[in-house]
Amino acid sequence: MKTTLAWLKTHLDTEAPLSAILDRLIMLGHDVEGVEDRMGALAPFVVAEVVSAEPHPNADRLKVCLADTGKRRVQVVCGAPNARTGMKGVFAPAGTVIPRTGAVLKEANIRGVASRGMLCSAYELGLGDDHDGIIDVSPDAPLGVRYASLLGLDDPVIDIKVTPNRADCLGVRGIARDLAAAGLGRLLPLDTTPVPGRFRSPVAIHIEDRHACPLFLGRHLRGLENGPSPAWLARRLEAIGLRPISTLVDITNFMTFDLNRPLHVFDAGRLQGDLTVRLARPGERLLALDGQEYALDAQVTVICDARGVQSLGGVIGGEATGCSAQTREVFIEAALFDPVRTAATGRRLGISSDARYRFERGLDPAFVADGLEIATRLMLELCGGEASEIVPAGAVPEWRRSYVLRAGRCASLGGLAVAQSESAAILEALGASVAPRENGNLSVEPPSWRGDIVGEADLVEEVLRVKGYDEIPAVPLPRESTLPRPALARPRRRAELVRRTLAARGFVEAVTYSFIARREAELFGGGGPQLRLVNPISADLDQMRPSILPNLIAAARRNADRGLADTALFELGPAYRDDTPEGQLLVAAGLRAGMSEPRHWRDRPRPADLYLLKADALAALAAMGAPADNVQISAEPPAWYHPGRAGVLRLGPAVLGHFGELHPAVLEALDVRPPAAAFEVFLNAVPEPRAGAAKPPLKLSVFQPVERDFAFIVNRDLPAETLLRTARGVDRRLVAQIRLFDVYEGAGLSEGMKSLAIAVTLQPQEHTLTDAEIEGFSKRLVAQVEKATGGRLRG
Amino acid sequence: MQQNLEQDDANRLIEAASAEIDRADSPEALDGVRVKYLGRRGELTMLMRGLGALAPEVRRAQGEALNAAKDRLAAALEAKGAELGRAALEARLLVERADPTLPVAFAQTGRIHPISQTIDEIVAIFGEMGFVVAEGPHIEDDFYNFTALNIPPEHPARQEHDTFYLPQRPDGSRLVLRTHTSPVQIRTMQSQPPPIRIIVPGRTFRCDHDATHSPMFHQVEGLVIDRTTHMGHLKGCLIEFCRAFFGVEDLPVRFRPSYFPFTEPSAEVDIGCSRAGGELKIGAGGDWLEILGSGMVHPAVLENCGIDPAEYQGFAFGMGIERVAMLKYGIPDLRTFYESDLRWLDHYGFAALDIPSLVRGAL
Repeated sequence: MKTTLAWLKTHLDTEAPLSAILDRLIMLGHDVEGVEDRMGALAPFVVAEVVSAEPHPNADRLKVCLADTGKRRVQVVCGAPNARTGMKGVFAPAGTVIPRTGAVLKEANIRGVASRGMLCSAYELGLGDDHDGIIDVSPDAPLGVRYASLLGLDDPVIDIKVTPNRADCLGVRGIARDLAAAGLGRLLPLDTTPVPGRFRSPVAIHIEDRHACPLFLGRHLRGLENGPSPAWLARRLEAIGLRPISTLVDITNFMTFDLNRPLHVFDAGRLQGDLTVRLARPGERLLALDGQEYALDAQVTVICDARGVQSLGGVIGGEATGCSAQTREVFIEAALFDPVRTAATGRRLGISSDARYRFERGLDPAFVADGLEIATRLMLELCGGEASEIVPAGAVPEWRRSYVLRAGRCASLGGLAVAQSESAAILEALGASVAPRENGNLSVEPPSWRGDIVGEADLVEEVLRVKGYDEIPAVPLPRESTLPRPALARPRRRAELVRRTLAARGFVEAVTYSFIARREAELFGGGGPQLRLVNPISADLDQMRPSILPNLIAAARRNADRGLADTALFELGPAYRDDTPEGQLLVAAGLRAGMSEPRHWRDRPRPADLYLLKADALAALAAMGAPADNVQISAEPPAWYHPGRAGVLRLGPAVLGHFGELHPAVLEALDVRPPAAAFEVFLNAVPEPRAGAAKPPLKLSVFQPVERDFAFIVNRDLPAETLLRTARGVDRRLVAQIRLFDVYEGAGLSEGMKSLAIAVTLQPQEHTLTDAEIEGFSKRLVAQVEKATGGRLRG
Repeated sequence: MQQNLEQDDANRLIEAASAEIDRADSPEALDGVRVKYLGRRGELTMLMRGLGALAPEVRRAQGEALNAAKDRLAAALEAKGAELGRAALEARLLVERADPTLPVAFAQTGRIHPISQTIDEIVAIFGEMGFVVAEGPHIEDDFYNFTALNIPPEHPARQEHDTFYLPQRPDGSRLVLRTHTSPVQIRTMQSQPPPIRIIVPGRTFRCDHDATHSPMFHQVEGLVIDRTTHMGHLKGCLIEFCRAFFGVEDLPVRFRPSYFPFTEPSAEVDIGCSRAGGELKIGAGGDWLEILGSGMVHPAVLENCGIDPAEYQGFAFGMGIERVAMLKYGIPDLRTFYESDLRWLDHYGFAALDIPSLVRGAL
C-alpha cells in the first residue's frame, strides 16, 4: 500500500515531520517498506528567469544568457534555439550532477565566454527525450523554487506493508485514521454530502444470490466528458505506480486507494437492459479488461446485462462495457462481494487485481453509499454531466457486535496497566463505540471497518498498539524450578551424540532437501504416488526421499566436479517411508567416496569400502548406547548396495541399519565414479539403553591375563562371525577378548580356502592359569571351532 | 720376602690388565680382557686358586692382595664398559636421524553444519529458561498446519503460505508439508496439560524458491502456556534470548505490532544493527533487522487444543534458523546452506567438540 506524504495530509491534519510519521506507522504495526524520495537528483535544479539572451560574439548558434534565480544572476552560454529574453527555465549551477549523464557540470570558457551554469532540457534532467530546447517553465513559476516541486516530485512516496488483517488500511484514509488515533494529528472530516439525483436510472439491479453479493448500489451518470485527468489526480496515481488512463477510470482507482472503496464503472451506452448479479453458468466466458478471456463456472459471481456476463464481481470488469474516451454515460457499481468467493475466483482464474485484493480481505459494509456519493461528486466535478437517483439492491449486512474489555485485562494479558478511561479513549479514537459496564469493564462495539476485531484479545492489542509496545515493561520469565530440566529428551540426546560422533570421525555434516527426483527415489526403494508432491518447485524435486543417500551421492558428485574427489559426508535427518508420523524415520546416513584421506608420505590412504563404513555405522550405534555385542550382521543388503559387499545390522528382528559399497549401477545412474560406500542407521530402531547413571560394578582380576594366537583354515565363504561366535562361546567366563588379526588367502592355501587368525585373551578370576589349563582350553577351542566351521587349525 | 713377591705379582698383573683395558676399543675386546684375567682360567683366577696351597698366615695376606686386585680390575672393566657403551650410544645417535619438519597427516576432521550448531545454540539458551525440545512430523494434515492455528480454509494467510501438497486421499483430504513448526504447538497442547514450555526446531517447507527463499528451511518455534504469562514475559524472554544468542549485552530489541492468525496481540521482533559502510553489524546502530514473529497465543488456538482460554494463556514465537545463522555468522547466501559444498562446510561449519553451552561460555 503506497501513499505520498501530501496525499496522507489530505486526510490528516498534522505538523509532524516525515520521520515521526514513519516511526509511528511502524509502531502502530504498519511496517514501512520504503520511502521514495522522488526528487533525489533533481533537488539542485531551480526555476530561473532568462533576463537577457544575447548572441555569442564568436559562435552563430550559441547565446550568452543571464539567468536570474531570484538570489543571484549567473552567466550561461546556451545553445538552445528557444532560449530567449524573459522566459523562465530550469537552471543548474556549476557543480551540479546532471541526472542523465551523471557528469558534474563544470564552469567553462566557451569560445572566449565564461559559462557558470546551465539552462537544462528535459533530456538532461532525465524527464524526457526532448533535447531540442531548454525547458520552458510557466511564467508564473516563482524564481528560485525547485523545479521538482513544480512537478510534484518533492512529495515522498511511502510504501506501507499492511498486514492481512487490516483491510481498512488499504486506503490512505485508513492509515490517516490510525495515525490520528495515535495522536499524530487530527483526522480531517470526509465530505459525504449526497449528490441529488436528477433522474431515474434507466438501469435496474437484480441480485440473485444475496450471499455472493449482499449489497449493490448503482447510479447512472450522463452528459459526461471523459478526457485525461487533471494534474493532481494523474500525479497521485503516478506517484503510487498507477498509469492514468482517463478521468472516469482514474476516479475508480483513486477511490480504491484513497478510501478503500473499489468501484466498477460500466459504459452505460454499451449496456443492454438491467444488471443482474448471479453465479456464472457453465460455458459462460468473459473477455476482461486485462485482455484475457476467462471461462467461468458456477463458483464465480458475475454481473450480467441482457446480452450476458459483463463483469466478474469484485475481481475485474469486462472489455465490452469498459469506459473509453468516447464514453458519455456510465453506470457506477458500488457493491459488497463475498470475500471467500472473490478470493477463490481470483485464485482459480489467476487474476490479481486491486479490487480482488480488497474484496477478499473484507470491505467496510457501512461505507458503500458514502463511497458512491463521493465518486459521483468527483465524476460530475471532473467530467460534467448529471447523476441519477441511487438504485439500491440488497442491504447492508449486519456488522454491529460488541465485546467486553475487562478491567485489568491489558495488564494481565498485555503486561501493561492501562486505565480503563484511557483504553476507552483509544478505542473511541479508532472509531469504536465504548460503554462502561459493571466492575469497570467496558463494552466495546468495533467500527464497521474493523471486521478483524473479534474478541477481547483484539481490543487489548488495539490499546497496546496505540500506546506503543515500547511501553510494555520487559519481565523475566520466572523459572519453574531452580535448575532447568534437561532440554533434550533421550532420543534427541542420543541423536545429537551420533551427530557429534560422526563429525569427530571425519564426516562433514550436510543438510539437504527432503524431496528428490522420483527416479532417484525409485533407486532407493521409494517413489510411490503417496509421497509425491502435487506442486513441486521443479520436476526433479517431486518425491519425498526414502533415503538420505541420493542427496549425499549427488553432493559427492558436485564436490568431485570441483576437484574434491575424496569426500566423507553425513546427514542426520528424515527419510520418509509413508505419509504417517511413524513413517518419518530419523536416519543417520554417511557416505565416503574416493579415498579415506589424501595421499601421504607415511600413511597409506584406503579406498572407501564396506569395512570403513561398517566401522562408522558401529560407531554411530555405540554412540547411542546400542548393545553392540548383540548386534548381528547379515549379508542381504537392500538393492542400492553392492550385493556382495554390504551388510545389514540387526538386533533380533529389528533392522538397525545398513552399510556397504554402493551398487555400481546406482553409482552409474547418479553419475558418480567408484569407490563409494555408505551406511544408514535408523535411530528410532535402536533400543533405549537402560535408564540411570550408575554403571555395573567393575570386577578387576589380580591374575595375569594370557594371550594365545590360533589360525584356522576355513572355507572362503565362511562368515568370520561364525568362527568368532564359536570361539567366544568356548568359555565365556575365561575369554575376555578375541581379536581377529589376520585374514589370508593365496599361496600355501588350497583354492577356495582362507586363513583366519585370532588372538584370544584369557582372563582368569580365581588363580593364575597353569600350563595344563591353558592347554586344555586351547584343545577345546580348536575342537569346537573345527566342528563349527568345518575348518582346521593351521599347522 | 715371600709376601712381597706375591704383592708384586698382583701389581704387575693389574698393570698389565689396566693397559689392556685401556687398549680395548669394543665391548668384545673388553670382554676378552675380562676372560683373560677373571675368566674361569684367567690369570688372576689361577693365582687365587693357588692360595689354598699356601700357609695360613701367608694365605691371608696373599688373599687380601689378590681380592683387592680383583676388585680393582672389575671396577676398571665396568668403567671401561660404561665408557664404551656411551661411545656406542653416541655413535648410534649420530646416525639415527629423522626430519622433524616433514608434514604429518592429521586425522580427517569433520564439521557440524551451521544449521545444527545454531539449533544447539538456541536450545542451550532456551534450555536455561526451562524450555524443552519438542518435535513433530513434517507431513501434516490440514488441521494441525492450518485450522487448529486459527487459519480456516478461506483465510488469505493460507495463500501466503505457499504450501506443498501431497496427493488427494480417498476421503478428499490432502496432506501438506508443514509450512511452519507451529503444528507442534498444537500436538503438544493436545497431549500434555499446562504448564508448557517448549521449543521446536525443525524442517519447514514452502513452495517458493529464489535468492532469499528456499523450498525447505528451518524454523524454531517456542510456546509458553500457563496461567499468568503475559506480553511483558514475552518481551523479557525474547530480549534475553537475542542478547545471549548474538553475544551483545546491550543489543537493542524492538517489538512492533503485527499480525499472525494464531496470536493476539502479535508482535514482530527487531534487533538493532548498523549498516554503516555497507557492512552489517549486530548491535546498537540506529537500524533494525527483523528476526522473530511472536505474540500471545490466540484464544481460539487454545480452544482448538482443548485448553480453556479463560484459565490459561501464554505466548508463542517463531524464527528462521538460517536467517539468524546468516546474521550471526555473516553467511551471505541462503541457498548455500543446502549445497553440501565441502569448501563452504569447512569454512562455515563447526568442530565436532564445539558444543554450545551457556555455562561454558561457548556460544
